[in-house]
Amino acid sequence: MTVYVLKRSLWISGVALFLVGLVGWWDRMTNGEQHANYGSIVPWGLWIAVYIFFIGLSAGSFLISSMVYVFGMKKFEPVGRLSLLTALVTLGCALLSVWADIGHMFRFWHVFAYPNFQSAMAWMIWLYSTYFLLLAVETWYLLRRDMVLARKLPGWKAVVYKALTFRSNATSDESHRHDRKIVKRLASIGIPVAIMFHGGVGALFGVVLARSAWNSGLFPILFLLSALVSGGALLTLAAAIFQDGLNRYRETIVALGQLVLGVLLLDTLMQFADILVAGYGGVPGHVAALKLMVAGPYWWVFWIWQIGMGTVIPVVILSSAKRRNAHWVSGAAGLIVLGFIGVRLNIVIPSLVVGEIKGLETAVTSSRVSASYFPSAMEWLVTMSIVGLFLMLFGLGEKLLPSGSEVNQQVLPHDPNAQEKVALTPEGGDYVQS
Amino acid sequence: MNEPVDVWIGQSPSLIAEDDPLTFDGDSLVSRRNLIRALTGSGALALAGAIAGGGVLDLLLAQPARAVGTKYRYGMVIDTRRCVGCKACVVACKQENKTPPGVYYNVVVEDTRENAQDRPLWLTKPCFHCENPPCVKVCPVSATYKREQDGIVVIDYDRCIGCRYCITACPYSARYFDFGDEYPFTANGQAWANVPSPEYDQFRKHAEGISPVGNVRKCTFCLHLQDANGQYDKEAGRWPACAKTCTGKAIHFGDFNDPNSEVSQLLLEKRSIRLKEELGTEPNVYYLI
Repeated sequence: MTVYVLKRSLWISGVALFLVGLVGWWDRMTNGEQHANYGSIVPWGLWIAVYIFFIGLSAGSFLISSMVYVFGMKKFEPVGRLSLLTALVTLGCALLSVWADIGHMFRFWHVFAYPNFQSAMAWMIWLYSTYFLLLAVETWYLLRRDMVLARKLPGWKAVVYKALTFRSNATSDESHRHDRKIVKRLASIGIPVAIMFHGGVGALFGVVLARSAWNSGLFPILFLLSALVSGGALLTLAAAIFQDGLNRYRETIVALGQLVLGVLLLDTLMQFADILVAGYGGVPGHVAALKLMVAGPYWWVFWIWQIGMGTVIPVVILSSAKRRNAHWVSGAAGLIVLGFIGVRLNIVIPSLVVGEIKGLETAVTSSRVSASYFPSAMEWLVTMSIVGLFLMLFGLGEKLLPSGSEVNQQVLPHDPNAQEKVALTPEGGDYVQS
Repeated sequence: MNEPVDVWIGQSPSLIAEDDPLTFDGDSLVSRRNLIRALTGSGALALAGAIAGGGVLDLLLAQPARAVGTKYRYGMVIDTRRCVGCKACVVACKQENKTPPGVYYNVVVEDTRENAQDRPLWLTKPCFHCENPPCVKVCPVSATYKREQDGIVVIDYDRCIGCRYCITACPYSARYFDFGDEYPFTANGQAWANVPSPEYDQFRKHAEGISPVGNVRKCTFCLHLQDANGQYDKEAGRWPACAKTCTGKAIHFGDFNDPNSEVSQLLLEKRSIRLKEELGTEPNVYYLI
């Protein structure tokens, strides 16, 4: 019942957010960035924070999927497919968000045509393009046989599966074993690619000597850890809602909760190490950014959102007796995911607001040369549409993930050939006894 | 014969077979040690690869610290003791380059005074055209670069994608994003609308969706005033607008490669500083204090 209500409300809010947010896209496409509130002192804003939020979710859930497909960890198997779906959908949303942010949106291909091998951003883009291809191919091979079988389903889904399976027809166990080998290989290649590309996102910030709050060797590591935390938390929540995990995969959810707790604590430790060392060293720009974060006008983003909601409450839940209760665990995971939006905002914005030249904002009078930033309506709208799209794609993906029960139930009785061969997986599961 | 998995039973069946290629050596449950070993192995490999790759690339691609052999090395010596803070240079720059609101190739920053009776300190700040420009290094599309002939850091408007990474990387806030904003008198339909900017000798108009709107912009030392040989001429008025207009004669412009130039002589005679030396950017703009 709760699950039904949750699913429903996700669909409704997804569609509503997406449609309302289209107004923002219209403004963005016709007026460019005129109605954005960032400027030349704070050149990156909400969209970049949303970008690193989603890209972290993607890298994190991909790395968790590799626990199933590379290391064969049974415990996490029920979320294997879901984690690849999450990785694909969040990557798409991340790219959309960063695409809205660039001044000439239709020049994105310049990164490939005019490469600069010294640029951390260029490396990051090349690596996530590789990662995107790899992810798509891996997901395809993972689902191939089930999709081929599901072409026999009645209704609109069959059409989608027909389009998605191309000319592939094989449903034999041999072909399935072949698929699995490819999946394992791709997933193994994917691990270093995901580590490099998400470490690269951290490095993009870490290499900026001009912003001392970013300029830390810990940044790539912090990004990887926080990817695992937020990605793991999102998976926990998604498994609970979309796979009826609260009833069927309690153990997986509880185990994911403990994994998330572990990396969350490690991530917090790293963050505080960074903050304490910087605070002790007293590098002016870095200290100013930290002060802004903990005691600036948006102090509550740090204390209430990031620390309270995103860290303390989930840690208490996940280390209390409630850690064995799938409802509480998925609730805690939800708080972590939401809390991470605050983390991402605090990574991007305070370091920029500090500015580089004292007195610049009073030297000229312009809203673009200002050291305060709050996203404009257009920025919020575009973000809303991306979040709405995320919810919708997620719901759609969940509907389309070929589910064993459905195929077994509806295809088998009419298909004598399938009867002898098909050993389909239950919803969410990926491997069967062969 | 394979048994179809009964999905209707309440518990999930064993999903990983004993001979599953996805598990280690027939062991259906991976031991923790194996997992950790494999994880650290691939992680370490990736990290080592990235670090080694980055290091090698850096060695291969790093620019020489000093642009030895360039024909000219243009720069400025700005005498803070002569600056009266009139900001004529800011206006002259705006007029010359027709920059839109929010885009300033040159600003005059006032240093905060601790006591009201302290003498004010004004800091005229163009782009420093660093010898090691961090902005150039970070650009993902090589749209911004340091010109070989004279060390001026420029932006290729047709290549720039407008990601603004260079703005974050410049330690001196010398870069501004063109949001497409207009002054009331340059707005569409006004007398000054569509007056092109002479910068880079490209005479671009300012309109939504067309470069330089959506690009990052910066001071060019008014390089459109150079002659075919890349030389400026102060007498003929082909001189960076800010230096030409400076009422207190505080902005000195010239070629540091020429030992007899005014700027080279000033550096020899006077005590000068550069901003944020610790970053290793080696600015080509010096301040006399």
